[in-house]
Amino acid sequence: MNDLIQNGTLWEATQETLYMVGLSTLFTVLGGIPLGVVLALSDRGGFATRLLGRLLGTIVNIGRSLPFIILMIAIIPFTRAVVGTSIGPEAAVVPLAVGAIPFFARLVEAAVRGVDPGLVEAATAMGARTHHVVLKVLLPEALPGLIRGLTVTVVALVGYSAMAGVIGGGGLGDLAVRYGYQRFETDVMIVTVVLLIILVHLIQMLGDATAKRLDRR
Amino acid sequence: MIEIRQLRKVYPARGGGREVVAVDGVDLDVGAGEIYGVLGRSGAGKSTLIRCVNLLERPTSGSVVVDGQNMTALNARQLRAARRRIGMVFQHFNLLSSRTVAGNVALPLEIAGVPRRERIRRVGELLELVGLSEKGRAYPAQLSGGQRQRVAIARALAGRPRVLLSDEATSALDSQTTAEILDLLRDLSRQLGLTILLITHELEVVKRICDSAAVMAAGKILESGRVADLLARPDSALARAAFPLDGTGREGSHVVDVVVRGAQADQPLVATLARRFDLDVNILSASVRTIGGQTVGRLRLELPGRGTANTTAALAYLAENGLIVGDGPTTDVSQVLADDQPVPEEAGRVESRVAPTGPEVDG
Ligand SMILES: Nc1ncnc2c1ncn2[C@@H]1O[C@H](COP(=O)(O)OP(=O)(O)OP(=O)(O)O)[C@@H](O)[C@H]1O
Ligand SMILES: [Mg+2]
Repeated sequence: MNDLIQNGTLWEATQETLYMVGLSTLFTVLGGIPLGVVLALSDRGGFATRLLGRLLGTIVNIGRSLPFIILMIAIIPFTRAVVGTSIGPEAAVVPLAVGAIPFFARLVEAAVRGVDPGLVEAATAMGARTHHVVLKVLLPEALPGLIRGLTVTVVALVGYSAMAGVIGGGGLGDLAVRYGYQRFETDVMIVTVVLLIILVHLIQMLGDATAKRLDRR
Repeated sequence: MIEIRQLRKVYPARGGGREVVAVDGVDLDVGAGEIYGVLGRSGAGKSTLIRCVNLLERPTSGSVVVDGQNMTALNARQLRAARRRIGMVFQHFNLLSSRTVAGNVALPLEIAGVPRRERIRRVGELLELVGLSEKGRAYPAQLSGGQRQRVAIARALAGRPRVLLSDEATSALDSQTTAEILDLLRDLSRQLGLTILLITHELEVVKRICDSAAVMAAGKILESGRVADLLARPDSALARAAFPLDGTGREGSHVVDVVVRGAQADQPLVATLARRFDLDVNILSASVRTIGGQTVGRLRLELPGRGTANTTAALAYLAENGLIVGDGPTTDVSQVLADDQPVPEEAGRVESRVAPTGPEVDG
């Protein structure tokens, strides 16, 4: 156990977890918000928009029904095409984001649908275009909900990242599995699990505080 | 300013239900600078009607012309431009909770692409107009209902519209605040030459600020015209609701409802009847109000001896002088106006009555 601390393995694993979770969170936000908005708006549009919504909805459902470990392996060719390798923390970011985007998109959709339709109506009566409605009404009004959804997503990403060890992603979860589970070094397992608990706790606290501060209702 | 012709809006049947004809062949003319009220009870189709004016709801058929523009003929871009010239306020204010008061008022200006500097100046002006200069940095949640509606009014006026639509703007407010908001709307209308189309289920709103009004029920307009004219019309549901009369009279007597306006109100009508026709005229109930600067009164009189020569002559005299309103409603008013209005029914036909109303004066 002391070895792991002294030779920096534990610190390295912590960094890997932060790296994987942080970067995949970024891509999840970039992908999940537009996808969620489209899902929320598609049933109000014309035929083509509704069709697109159905299609995206189906893809999202498929993405969410695949167990993460299977998804991770199934998209290895895609991962390799994107980052040039299929192993290591960089490679793990791809399946993590791909897995989290549909999850977050559904939470974004719920938050956007929760915005009072009267506000959209008021904006429409002002002559707003769709992008005005999305950028000035829906997203700002849904923001506290988006932050809560993101918090849930990031915590889920911490969990998924434990499985990234399978493709050499490393991280705290991987350490717990390799030392604690496979080598029966219980103390390592306990330390890593405690670190994960602290991490999840911090994320949740930060998310709650931010959502609360932004909520002006 | 607003011309509505043969407007129909049919909502298609949904989930086993029948289709709903929310607006059924409505004609409406709102003159420039006028405050026009549409009165009707819940489900009458008032919201649907007003939402058809700025095409929040697309009419099934008929035409809507606002400020010379045929709204249904516009393409998407033209429609957005037209909407920017029509302000709208709502029952539940519909302010963005994520923006400050100033931010809310600025929203239509942002949408219209007004530069930032100009926006700030205009928001200051607008907040001053509605008496909220101090509240620019507050969030809507920190304001009272009346203040929120003022913000919504400021926001609706941001693009200098010539027309303001109001969907039950005072229905969520108490009576004191309602009066303040109504007075503000009237002042703004005069100050800015603003045409206001408002819908409401409260008679009080029509009485307080409307120049003209229409009574709506089951998707149709039952009566419309200048408020002062409607109140003097024999068959007006509005008048009957505005002047609740009470009392059934005795067996064998003749009960008649009479309306007096302006100078007529100063004539000693009852004394004249008594003297000329030698009748013991009994006033069953009376209601006098000042509406739109004019004193209007409605009286329910009981003339003894149904069908006798004197009574018949007295009735003829009243009719000649244009005073008779009739001795019974021709439509069932209680279906037309909101439940919270005490509505008199036909004299002599009704056994029990509610809320006796004595003479009262307001305004
Ligand atoms: N989007 C809709 N789809 C189907 N039916 C609708 C829709 N909107 C309104 N209706 C129906 O149209 C009729 C008129 O509704 P509307 O909202 O215009 O009435 P209202 O006079 O404004 O009533 P209230 O005073 O309760 O607001 C009602 O029967 C209502 O159920
Ligand atoms: Mg309504």
